[in-house]
Amino acid sequence: MLKIDNLQAEIGGTRILNGLSLEVNAGEVHAIMGPNGAGKSTLAYVLGGRPGYEVTGGSVEFIGRDLLDMEPHERAAAGMFLGFQYPVEIPGVSNVQFLREALNAQRQVRGEEPLSGGDFLRLAKEKAGLLKLDMDMLKRHVNVGFSGGEKKRAEMVQMGILDPQFAVLDETDSGLDIDALRIVGEGINAIMRAPEKGVLLITHYQRLLDYVKPDYVHILSKGRIVKTGGPDLALRLEEEGYEAVAA
Amino acid sequence: MNALTALPTRKDEAWRYSAVEALVGADLDAWRAIDVPAGESYRECLTIEDSESTELRRLRVSIGESARCELFAVIAAGRLGRIEVEVRLAKGAHFELGGVTLGGRDTVREFVTRVVHAEPEATSNQVIRSVHWGKGTGNFLGQIDVVRDAQKTDAAQSFKGLLLEKGASVNAVPQLEIFADDVKCAHGASVGQLDETARFYMAARGLSPELARRLLVQAFIGDAFVALDDEAERERLMGVALAKLDLHL
Repeated sequence: MLKIDNLQAEIGGTRILNGLSLEVNAGEVHAIMGPNGAGKSTLAYVLGGRPGYEVTGGSVEFIGRDLLDMEPHERAAAGMFLGFQYPVEIPGVSNVQFLREALNAQRQVRGEEPLSGGDFLRLAKEKAGLLKLDMDMLKRHVNVGFSGGEKKRAEMVQMGILDPQFAVLDETDSGLDIDALRIVGEGINAIMRAPEKGVLLITHYQRLLDYVKPDYVHILSKGRIVKTGGPDLALRLEEEGYEAVAA
Repeated sequence: MNALTALPTRKDEAWRYSAVEALVGADLDAWRAIDVPAGESYRECLTIEDSESTELRRLRVSIGESARCELFAVIAAGRLGRIEVEVRLAKGAHFELGGVTLGGRDTVREFVTRVVHAEPEATSNQVIRSVHWGKGTGNFLGQIDVVRDAQKTDAAQSFKGLLLEKGASVNAVPQLEIFADDVKCAHGASVGQLDETARFYMAARGLSPELARRLLVQAFIGDAFVALDDEAERERLMGVALAKLDLHL
């Protein structure tokens, strides 16, 4: 589904990704863990196509297409969802308008009919319920005045509404209290745990993985994957630290 | 009478950033009077949306005691599109102006206002948002006069410019002359570009650059119509503005 091969990328001339290779098949959840500065967020942004993140080598294939050749909005329409570590505030634009336009833009690219206002609201209500987010929050401006935890839950509501084939979730667990962590974990499972979908979970901590059980855990260090294992690798990391495990 | 009225030049303060060369043939004496009697309310929505050359709207507004006048306007056409408003407020009156300018190529679109707080306890609020691209220019020249006896005046002015492309420009000239001592006069002006982080966030959700820009511009100019308590009119003005954006970008 997602095949990253020898990916190299830099920001402002500084090399961050150093030949990263990774393959995620449909039906799999992969976790990427690693110390600060390892390149985790850079990987997420490169996959999302953020301007300023320059790919200098390697390839990324996504459902049979060259991901790096696509514009960011085309990647979204092709089924890629990027969950932001710091969801962006957009004053003056309501969540409902933003998400309805985004969903219909994606549907248009895929040759599907736009969703009516009523159908969209029903869908939004269902997904907000899944994440226990008050529907009134969705009538407010995108992420404006939301707490850190609310932003992350709203991010997952967006994912539920857009129903992507693949999600790259960049530290979705940061800023969540214990209850919110469980709700978000269950939300990810409900939305993304399916035979035809895949997830790349980027996280610092093992705790999210208690709720979203990964099939594989990778350790990222200095811009490349240095170790791959099962869920037990995350537990070992928690106990022994990156230096001991990745050595 | 065959008086040869001299055209204004950029040396005239009120025409400082204007396209004075586009004034040839324009009728500069065509002032329209609006009188709002004491205690009454008046609202008008104006648009400049068709003209290719020069279009001037000059209004002289007199607002009676405890009366209210609201003007909402979009200037989205004309080599020079200009709305000029002179307002005189009586005691306890209110004046509201929400204005938007948009334009590209080498157009100039501007609001020029002079609000005179001639008596005590009057309030005024002006919100102007300008969105320009190409070599387009947006201007807001706003003068507020508070005469000596106009105590408890509350006057506010807010201008924000959004430049979509290099080469576009906006000018804001707030000018406050205050001769009373117990007054509140607030003014603010800022200029910026589209938020790149927001644009990427929107793209990551599937919005094309054009759609993202449209949504961000809509949010930006929406400020000017917050005080317009008529949804249909608000949507009409928004529609006029956004149609121009779609056309020129």
